[in-house]
Amino acid sequence: MWQATENELESIAIGAGILGTGGGGNPYIGQLRARQAIRRWGPVDVLAPDELPEDARVVCVGGIGAPTVGIEKVRDLQSYHALRAIEDFTGEQATALISNEIGGSNSMEPLIAAAMAGLPVVDADGMGRAFPEFQMKTFFVYGVPCCPMAVADEKGNSVVIRETIDPRWAERLARSVTIQMGCVACYAVAPMSTEQVRRTAVPLTLSLARDLGDAVKSARQHGDDPLDAILSVCPGRVLFSGKVVDVERRTTAGFARGVLTIDGLDANAGERMVIEFQNENLVARHDGAIACVVPDLICAVATDLGEPVTTELMRYGLRVTILGFPAPELWTRPEGLAVAGPHAFGYDVDYTPLVV
Amino acid sequence: MLVGVDVGGTNTDAVLMDGPRLINAVKLPTTPDVTTGIVDAMRELLAELPAGARADAVMVGTTHFTNALLERRELAPTAVLRLCLPATQLLPPLVDWPDDLRDAIGGFTYMVGGGHEFDGREISPLDRGEIRRAVADMRRQGVRSVAVSGVFSPVNGEHESAAAAMVREEAPDLRVCVSHENGRTGLLERENAATLNAALGELAQRTIRGIERAIEELGVDAPLYLSQNDGTLMDADFASNFPVLTIASGPTNSMRGAAWLSGIRDGIVVDVGGTSTDVGALVNGFPREAAVAVEMAGVRTNFRMPDTVSIPLGGGTVVESDPLRIGPESVGYRLLESGLVFGGGTLTTTDVAVASGRAQLGDPQLVAGMDASVVRRVNTEIQRRVETAIDRVKLSRDDVPVALVGGGSILLGDELAGASEVLRPENSGVANAIGAAIAQVGGQVERVYSLEGMGREQAIADCSAAAVARAVSAGADPATIEVVEIDEVPLTYVPSNATRVRVKAVGDLAGLGGSAR
Repeated sequence: MWQATENELESIAIGAGILGTGGGGNPYIGQLRARQAIRRWGPVDVLAPDELPEDARVVCVGGIGAPTVGIEKVRDLQSYHALRAIEDFTGEQATALISNEIGGSNSMEPLIAAAMAGLPVVDADGMGRAFPEFQMKTFFVYGVPCCPMAVADEKGNSVVIRETIDPRWAERLARSVTIQMGCVACYAVAPMSTEQVRRTAVPLTLSLARDLGDAVKSARQHGDDPLDAILSVCPGRVLFSGKVVDVERRTTAGFARGVLTIDGLDANAGERMVIEFQNENLVARHDGAIACVVPDLICAVATDLGEPVTTELMRYGLRVTILGFPAPELWTRPEGLAVAGPHAFGYDVDYTPLVV
Repeated sequence: MLVGVDVGGTNTDAVLMDGPRLINAVKLPTTPDVTTGIVDAMRELLAELPAGARADAVMVGTTHFTNALLERRELAPTAVLRLCLPATQLLPPLVDWPDDLRDAIGGFTYMVGGGHEFDGREISPLDRGEIRRAVADMRRQGVRSVAVSGVFSPVNGEHESAAAAMVREEAPDLRVCVSHENGRTGLLERENAATLNAALGELAQRTIRGIERAIEELGVDAPLYLSQNDGTLMDADFASNFPVLTIASGPTNSMRGAAWLSGIRDGIVVDVGGTSTDVGALVNGFPREAAVAVEMAGVRTNFRMPDTVSIPLGGGTVVESDPLRIGPESVGYRLLESGLVFGGGTLTTTDVAVASGRAQLGDPQLVAGMDASVVRRVNTEIQRRVETAIDRVKLSRDDVPVALVGGGSILLGDELAGASEVLRPENSGVANAIGAAIAQVGGQVERVYSLEGMGREQAIADCSAAAVARAVSAGADPATIEVVEIDEVPLTYVPSNATRVRVKAVGDLAGLGGSAR
């Protein structure tokens, strides 16, 4: 067990940015909210999945809405309200919370609700990275029902979606409710058992985010190479290093799709990497050959500082290094690939695991 | 004729421009009260005024308000009134401010019912009773200035305007600023900007009135304008109400001035000083803005600074020859004592430039014996670093014109990778004052549109019309106004196909005979 105090939040935000693989939203507002919650209600205990009591009831909470709205009507305590709504509906008390998505701003959501509710957070999440859609969670892939789920706003409104025929319907219904609520809601899913968490969650990702952030900060302080520091914490490899020469974007059906082209420098001089993204980086080709493909993680960081670079900040001239990390094992099984493999995103590419 | 003045931390520069011609330039030390320095510089400048000529307008760029924030001095006791409840409570106003700055303005914050959703609906009705109670409390606390911010006020500013009117009615002596006049979504950043603005209000009014009076006393009958962050002008009244719009004007004026001096509208400006080199891109004669929020005095704001890359390389940068190392240390302004060619004992980049024949400075004999291979390697490395910085700020792979300004530009050769041509304009020492003198008048509007009921072109046309109208009301000649920037960001995860459009229009100052543009 460890405690998430104000000090850990900055590291978690940096690490969550790296694990966000280009998407996941900017964690600044989330980090500030978590800081306020921890100042007000105290630090949050973080439990590894095997430290959970056998009879734990674990509620997954997350934000739903539009990031561009979230910087204006900044979220309040919606995740706490959603938690209480699902507890009321199911008649069960949560004993711990868990993140739906460690990548980006959703890493902070359970810490905020947990601080207020006085509950611990599980050191795990439902993605081990960032993904654009609600149904892309290991919990649901491995049989945890996505309903009932509650959606709550900041005004005191909450809606419980009792049952849907599949998680896509849950996403669709929750999203229409969210728009009416003003596009910055939070949701909470009916409690999972300890057994379900241990079997279906990607383990130890909150401490991974913290350690990644610590490594980057300490490398900067000591003038060490932040990329080495990142790779020493999380096994993976440098896929490519170079300069962004083109970013082509288009927004379709609410998703920011595009293609990023990087020309190599130093060891990669004369070579080119092309990355296709849909909010997150999904397919990386090195001189035409597949170098890394979703669900493996394709992370762009600023070459000099190790700072994660999201797709919306990409532009000509940035010096970036592309890191590849193997996907959590839960995503590489056939059930996982069916939901979040390259075919699920419409790419005619087979998944070949990244060799580290 | 136009008078451009730049009040920097060290020097006050003034230039006299007749249309596209620079007539005269003066550089004097800045005085603590700002005004005396301006008067002295202008008096010297106008002594050279040709017979029959007159000053039509005075344009001042100043870092005075920026410095007040940095030094936390002369700030008014300020309150923030946010119209938001029940939303956004976890992050109250001033939540991300440094403690000492929050203390310096008093840190009075109030949140009341009001504000809007992204689509213009009310979050809740404006809570007039609570606003009255808040104003009564402000009076008790000795507050003199108020910033009013409302959630999604850039989409719908009615609540902010109504709340501001109430404050004025309840407490006519309070100065009031509303956040939606500073555009852009991003509640905390916009609210922070409005609060800085409120806190600077009294100082701005005092300073600007002082400058106006001083100009009058010089016998100059010309309107006063101040340069703002985006390289355009505001008149003295407007500036008294929006001093926060001057806080990033320094780097902008410098790049605008370099653009004018070199004649480059699209290209790169490389400003080599004594200690560092700043490299930035010009788009349509204006500096390209950075994508990320700017911190001002430790506070995140919604203003954009010119997007420059700064590298530790200048004319005073220290060189070690074995093994070869260039900087980051610099002898800075002590170059004239410490550099080898000036009889000092430190090998600097300037000495290498003299040894290689690129520059004629000091006594070349003092570096005559320098190892030619060291000279070559240092020059190659300096060149490589600057070329890398140029490449980082370039907008595309195409070669573009590059303007070299600043005293340290003697370090560089006339061929740079990525440059279609290399220009070395004269008078680059007064680029900031020229940037102030040539500034145009602009209007910028940002709005969120739902494309369900209207087409994209219609949304852009509507926003453009609003920007043009704002430019006219700021004093631009309608015949010269052009839309210089259209920025469209589709909102993700919003199925109603919403898009955020930002348009900037600029034009020449109305009522001026000759144009400097």
